[in-house]
Amino acid sequence: MPADAPGAGEPFLRIEGVSKVFGTFQAVKNVSLTVQKGEIFSLLGGSGCGKTTLLRMLAGFEEPTAGRIFLDGRDMAGVPPWSRPVHMMFQSYALFPHMTVEKNVAYGLKHEDMSAKDRADRVREMLDLVQLSQFAARKPHQISGGQRQRVALARALARQPKLLLLDEPLAALDKKLREHTQFELMSIQQRTGVTFIVVTHDQEEAMTLSDRIAVMDKGEVRQIGSPTEIYEFPNSRFVAGFIGSINTFDAIVTARDAGQLRLTLPALGAEVTARDVPHVTAGQSVTLAIRPEKIRISRDAPEGPNALRGSVKDLAYFGKDSLYRIALPSGTLVQAHAVNARRGDEGARVADWDDAVWLSFDPAAAIVLAE
Amino acid sequence: MTDRAPRTKYMDRRGWSDIIIGAPYIWLVVFFLLPFLIVVAMSVATKTPTAPPFSFGGDHPLINLDAYQRILTDDLYLRAFLTSLANAAISMVLCLLLGYPMALALTRMSRGWRNIMLMLVILPFWTSFLLRVYAWMGLMGRNSWFNVMLTDWWNFIVPVDWAVRSIPMMNSNFAVILVMVYTYLPFMILPLYASLERLDPTLDEAAMDLGSTPAQVFRDVTLPQSIPGIVAGGMLVFIPAAGELVIPTLVGNAADPMIGRVISDEFASARDWPMASAVAVALLVLMVIPTMIYTHFQGRAEGSK
Repeated sequence: MPADAPGAGEPFLRIEGVSKVFGTFQAVKNVSLTVQKGEIFSLLGGSGCGKTTLLRMLAGFEEPTAGRIFLDGRDMAGVPPWSRPVHMMFQSYALFPHMTVEKNVAYGLKHEDMSAKDRADRVREMLDLVQLSQFAARKPHQISGGQRQRVALARALARQPKLLLLDEPLAALDKKLREHTQFELMSIQQRTGVTFIVVTHDQEEAMTLSDRIAVMDKGEVRQIGSPTEIYEFPNSRFVAGFIGSINTFDAIVTARDAGQLRLTLPALGAEVTARDVPHVTAGQSVTLAIRPEKIRISRDAPEGPNALRGSVKDLAYFGKDSLYRIALPSGTLVQAHAVNARRGDEGARVADWDDAVWLSFDPAAAIVLAE
Repeated sequence: MTDRAPRTKYMDRRGWSDIIIGAPYIWLVVFFLLPFLIVVAMSVATKTPTAPPFSFGGDHPLINLDAYQRILTDDLYLRAFLTSLANAAISMVLCLLLGYPMALALTRMSRGWRNIMLMLVILPFWTSFLLRVYAWMGLMGRNSWFNVMLTDWWNFIVPVDWAVRSIPMMNSNFAVILVMVYTYLPFMILPLYASLERLDPTLDEAAMDLGSTPAQVFRDVTLPQSIPGIVAGGMLVFIPAAGELVIPTLVGNAADPMIGRVISDEFASARDWPMASAVAVALLVLMVIPTMIYTHFQGRAEGSK
């Protein structure tokens, strides 16, 4: 898996060994990453993982304790926030309450050397872009949360920044609006071509928005990759568990041959087969991880390897799919998702409470984590 | 607006809220409006050598506007008004210039320091106001160590021809303004602090992020949002300063009195109660009109928000 962005040449944004220490607390630890021009790049992590500190260093509000940041080939050390071609959309939007929507959007432009007419045109263009032209004369408290979010976006984009930083851009919106705004953000990014760096704690948001994601934990970047890479090929138990839900088991490698790994799962008392991964030797302790939707549930014994017996302990019906919690004979619970493809009442389900069932999965679906 | 309908019958506090809201109004009517009406009435009465020293009717019409006429024609009153307004305005501006940076600094301090500093701002109120004015009189007097020190310093840096025996600080408008600024500074700092403290520091960052230097951030974001605090502080300093009696009496120049002194003299020495009342009414009108104009525009601004 590529650790860095695809494409040749000097990356648009290069973060090199950046650390930030506040007193005795190390907020960001030796982070290195690159972002290509026109990408939507997400910094994903829980609260206190250092993602916001990293964003603030890009904006210039904090200076790195160590390391360097290059934007478009220029070292940003010592460049104050007001001289950086980087604009930020704040989580609270930070709209100026004493200015109208129009004045808010125009605010950054007064530092640009342009005629009054060009400035007015640009403001109109930005308001059109976010579909708020009819609200130009309103004050921020007279418009809705979603509209405020769009004003903040228009204001940050008005000066045509090289880099737009978005701090939890959708966190303050309700679920329906969030989905809609997500696609709007992506379409605006495509139309303007501005490079976006998004800070978020919401993995779904990161998955749908981003070209690439950096998963952060305790100030460190744990993995960088496309949403698919992060989801399907996590490099650690942390990343596997952070994105989506997953079943993890301690396992020991018993044999390695013909592109296959034989593993024994002591807690389950079972033997399974997984696709071979590099840097693993027989006898090594590893973690076996399987996404719930990659586990099949059937009433009859399935063909092929990796079949486990169990009984349905719990099930949650979500409409389009159901989540089953299956108890194995050892008592371990396994989560499995099944799509409710057939229409019907309870009888149409694959299994019901306390039913004896078989679980199975492809060797390729199992993730082996050597960490 | 608050919905006055109670959520449940147990939440009905309307009876209490009427009493609580009503109390200050009753207070204002009894202790402000009624006395003020008495003063207005006295201002249109006629001075007589009786006790109380005024009457209505008699040789004169019921409403006698002589006092008001004198305010407009007699130079003494006009000059006193002008001196008062000028001293109050200068004090207000100086308080603002001194108080704004102090209030802003308060908002940027750590919590612990902020409480200590706020305490220090309020601390002077714990000692008698008169005592503090007397202390200033001591400092400014001809033979005080403070005056001697300033005089030595002055004589050291200026040419010999300009040398002085002592610096004439007492009994001047300078002394009045100095002591008024000292006295009223907390009244400027506290409302300014209250309005600055509410400002969201993220807004400063947002402005900075959009290309504004810290000075531009102050001009575009901090200052416009603190206007209510500036107006409140300004009024809290200007209004009492314009009517100030004690400070100009103790440290001021008797030849150039402020209006408070004039009112006091008319009441006590001249025993011309109608004249004193008319000056008091004129002062109040002078103070109330700008306040009402401001409130009107403020209300309109709120309404258009």
